[in-house]
Amino acid sequence: MEASVATLATIRVEINGTAYEREVEARRLLVHFIRDDLDLTGTHVGCDTGNCGACSVILDGTLVKSCMLLAVQADGASIETVEGLAQDEELTGLQQAFSDHHALQCGYCTPGMLMSATALLRENPRPTDEEIRRAIQGNICRCTGYWNIFEAIKAAAEA
Amino acid sequence: MPAMLLREVGYARPATVDQAIELLAGHDGARALAGGQTLINVMKARAASPDVLVDLGGIPQLRGIELDPDGTLRIGPMTTYTDLISSAEARARPILGEVCAQIADVQVRNRGTIGGNVCSSDPTNHLPPLMVAVGGEMTIAGRDGERTVPAKDFFLGVYMTAVGPGELLTRISIPPGRHDGFASIPIGKDGTCIVNAAASANGGLRVALGCVGAVPEVVEPASPEPEAVAEAVRGANLDPPSDVHASGDYRRHLAEVVAARAVRQASERASG
Repeated sequence: MEASVATLATIRVEINGTAYEREVEARRLLVHFIRDDLDLTGTHVGCDTGNCGACSVILDGTLVKSCMLLAVQADGASIETVEGLAQDEELTGLQQAFSDHHALQCGYCTPGMLMSATALLRENPRPTDEEIRRAIQGNICRCTGYWNIFEAIKAAAEA
Repeated sequence: MPAMLLREVGYARPATVDQAIELLAGHDGARALAGGQTLINVMKARAASPDVLVDLGGIPQLRGIELDPDGTLRIGPMTTYTDLISSAEARARPILGEVCAQIADVQVRNRGTIGGNVCSSDPTNHLPPLMVAVGGEMTIAGRDGERTVPAKDFFLGVYMTAVGPGELLTRISIPPGRHDGFASIPIGKDGTCIVNAAASANGGLRVALGCVGAVPEVVEPASPEPEAVAEAVRGANLDPPSDVHASGDYRRHLAEVVAARAVRQASERASG
């Protein structure tokens, strides 16, 4: 799809190391492509308005909200979702810290929180308290009051 | 039934500015898609329903920051807030990265662009008043070639700029200067602004106020003293809108407060 206009396109993406090729409508949001077309339902839709961050994924190394991108914009991209974190059922240090620190109650925001914190710790393995808070500014949690999430990320950073 | 928030839309991903202009000029109802952090959302709400989206994400020449020998920054409109925050070149005008770091959150800053921010011309955006205060210049390309518009003439109304149908913002130029300030009253930290102000004290003193009218309001206080700044703001006879966050009267009051804070920051840098 170069300079021609189309309402349908065939896109190729790599998600958690697996290559996918699908035909999608141009109006399809990336989050719906991931969840409904590929059945990777770990990525959540919380608000559909770009506010809550439950749909956060890492696209070509950059944290984004997948409800504010069209699937066609991700053509050729490499994407990481929450399903890609644990390897062979073994939790990442961050995921284990979320469990140890009870950093979730209902769990709805957790996939987005984990992706935001993963992106933070990759870029900045020893964040300050303020940097941790700012890193999850785009992720809303309505259960925990954020304290245990903050403690989990801090513990994972110090581990 | 899969979720379908957006109306059916055509999509194209040109590789060059010329292709993008042909697409924008050749299709009624075509709109440029930059980072999408505003446009995708207003399309979900169907407050905007373009027929064709021209995705600028595949045009390398629209992204990047160059520092000319004379100190002028030339910024591609597809440069993201995160690019501006982390760019060594952009530190030539430090206020740019400082203000971009106050916009929304990491995810939005990673996708949202300087060009999208100014072209959406939302009166609550951070960058329109900043561009006016620092004396930015916008280069606009169309089928008939390029033209350059000063930032103060670029913003024409709510959601309206000097970029006409079939045209594209291709470059933002920022003159050198380090004595700038910015202040805002946001809804929550780094949230949408209720009132904001950008000040520049490089030579003369210029303040541009945001959120108080359709476009940034420029005032030029006689001195950086808080009373002189407040008097200049009062002299502008602002008529800001009332909404659930603030009454017009309260916005008018806040305009004096944030203008004084922005000027103080700029003049401290000028004297420091």
